[in-house]
Amino acid sequence: MSATALTADDIVVARERPDWLAHGILSLGVLLFAFPLWLALAGSTQDSDAIRRGDLSLLPGPDGVATYAHVLVHGSMGAAPVWHMLLISAGMALVIAAGKIVVSLLSAFAVVFFRFPFRRTAFWAIFITLMLPVEVRIIPTYAVMARFGLINTFTGLTVPLIASATATLLFRQVFAAIPDELVEAARMDGAGPLRFLRDILLPVSAANLAALFVILFVYGWNQYLWPLLVATNPRLDPVVIGIVQMIGVEAETDWAGVMAASVLALLPPVLVVVLMQRWFVAGLTEGEK
Amino acid sequence: MATLELHGLRKSFGATAVLHGIDLAMPSGEMLVIVGASGCGKSTLLRLVAGLERPSAGRIVLDGRDITSLDPAQRDIAMVFQNYALYPHMTVFDNMAYGLRIRGLSRDEIRRRVEQTGALLGIDALLARKPRQLSGGQRQRVAMGRAIVREPALFLFDEPLSNLDAKLRVQMRAEIRRLQRRLGVTSLYVTHDQTEAMTLGDRLLVMNQGRPAQLATPMEVFERPADLFVAGFIGAPAMNLLPARLARNGGAAAIEDGPLMAFPDGRRPGPDGRRLIVGIRPEHLLAGAGGFDLIVELVEPLGSETLVHGRTAPERDLIVVKLPGPPPADTILSVRPDPAHLHVFDADTGQRLDPSSGQPALRPP
Repeated sequence: MSATALTADDIVVARERPDWLAHGILSLGVLLFAFPLWLALAGSTQDSDAIRRGDLSLLPGPDGVATYAHVLVHGSMGAAPVWHMLLISAGMALVIAAGKIVVSLLSAFAVVFFRFPFRRTAFWAIFITLMLPVEVRIIPTYAVMARFGLINTFTGLTVPLIASATATLLFRQVFAAIPDELVEAARMDGAGPLRFLRDILLPVSAANLAALFVILFVYGWNQYLWPLLVATNPRLDPVVIGIVQMIGVEAETDWAGVMAASVLALLPPVLVVVLMQRWFVAGLTEGEK
Repeated sequence: MATLELHGLRKSFGATAVLHGIDLAMPSGEMLVIVGASGCGKSTLLRLVAGLERPSAGRIVLDGRDITSLDPAQRDIAMVFQNYALYPHMTVFDNMAYGLRIRGLSRDEIRRRVEQTGALLGIDALLARKPRQLSGGQRQRVAMGRAIVREPALFLFDEPLSNLDAKLRVQMRAEIRRLQRRLGVTSLYVTHDQTEAMTLGDRLLVMNQGRPAQLATPMEVFERPADLFVAGFIGAPAMNLLPARLARNGGAAAIEDGPLMAFPDGRRPGPDGRRLIVGIRPEHLLAGAGGFDLIVELVEPLGSETLVHGRTAPERDLIVVKLPGPPPADTILSVRPDPAHLHVFDADTGQRLDPSSGQPALRPP
């Protein structure tokens, strides 16, 4: 009895003495990541001319609210207003995340729960698309989109990014971990495949769904190369591209505006991560079954 | 309430035959326990009846209706799974109501049935809980409730008690029996636990490597095992199986290194010298001279009785004796078989040898 009490005390003592090395490295890391962010935040509130001269202060300036309001509503240096770019980005990220989830959910459902000819072949065909992201097949994909007349359309912007195997693999693992007896119990209860998918499979893998949605939303939000190629109309620029468009000739760039736009571009993915994370961590730690 | 018939049911997975033809007829309301070692095909048999697997040959007839090619949901059968298989995201109520909702029952009817079943099982206070908030025994009850609430023609139980601790298992065993009697639903119950098999079944089907070894009442299986497999499988500790030869014109067995045992119930067929296996349960070896002199190796006191393990000679098979009372002090124990409880088997085929025709049956009841 006294021996266990002693070890418990030891643990408390160990906790009271911080590991300075680990804390040092972690603090350095935080600083390294937080500094550019702070710089953008501080820069967005200062006078553009001062920034251009190299007088970027580490302290926020007085012009904050006005700069944000201006880029949001009017844009800067002839670029589209930021609210519109954010809208395009949000639409793109949502459609890509939702589309990928639907496509890969159904394909994983087929591969795990159905016995059909060439099931393995189908799975490997899906698997191989992992090695062929849009960046690799960008020219043929562009050619296909051009033939379909989908250049400069929202469809052309999103559809090629939806088809890939990442999420299929993940769902396959999740579904394969579901006990056979659960599937059989549903069959005995009279649930057909689609009802099983809706009533059992989706709720049981809700936590994974949320986690995947976060990852895919950020993936969609950060797309750069494909939108650059397929959308030449500024009306279709997502914010990631719009920011680059705002950086015009060096001497004329409205740096405060660019930094404000960058900060605005950061907010939605951060919001999604923060909101969804709480939800899926709860789902993971509560522990089903 | 329904009858179940199996006709020549076979199942192979690829080239591996798992079931070699099962014939069975269950009257309405019967509880039939399928028992056997793991891998004997008992679970496969249950899954064939459930419709979760399709038989390679044979027919399944439930209440006069051929259900061999029907989907599980169309068979009017409910199953209780080993790991309960409760839907983790649904409350107890929803777990039980799910099958009824799919069948399109009215909201009021579902509520009535679930509450009634919940009261029957003593889980009516838990209806709003999720499965993870329940103990093992409570989950087991919910799993049974999910089957009962459907009011099916047939219950299937797939080792439903094997995940419970020993005390709870005894309690649930009695409860399952009580419920099954009360509801009167024809039931198939698969287990590898012979105590469960003996206590639960109206009849037992003992299976050995995909074949039915014996189909009879528990007491008959115990008192007249059909072959060596059943003899060794049913009863704990297991029956002693001793090599012997037929003697005295079939009227006795000469046990190797043991006594000559006369059969009180009649002659066995075959010439003298025919190779036999004589089975004697541990409790049918009585202390006293005229049988075996065992060199005692191990004594296990169980309280009201004592198990003694010993051999007649160092290279001989172990013989287990169950003696009433406290452990004996001797290192040599003399025991003699009770001649009224001899089981005689053919050493070559393993089949039980009963007295030749015209002789009285083994011990009238």
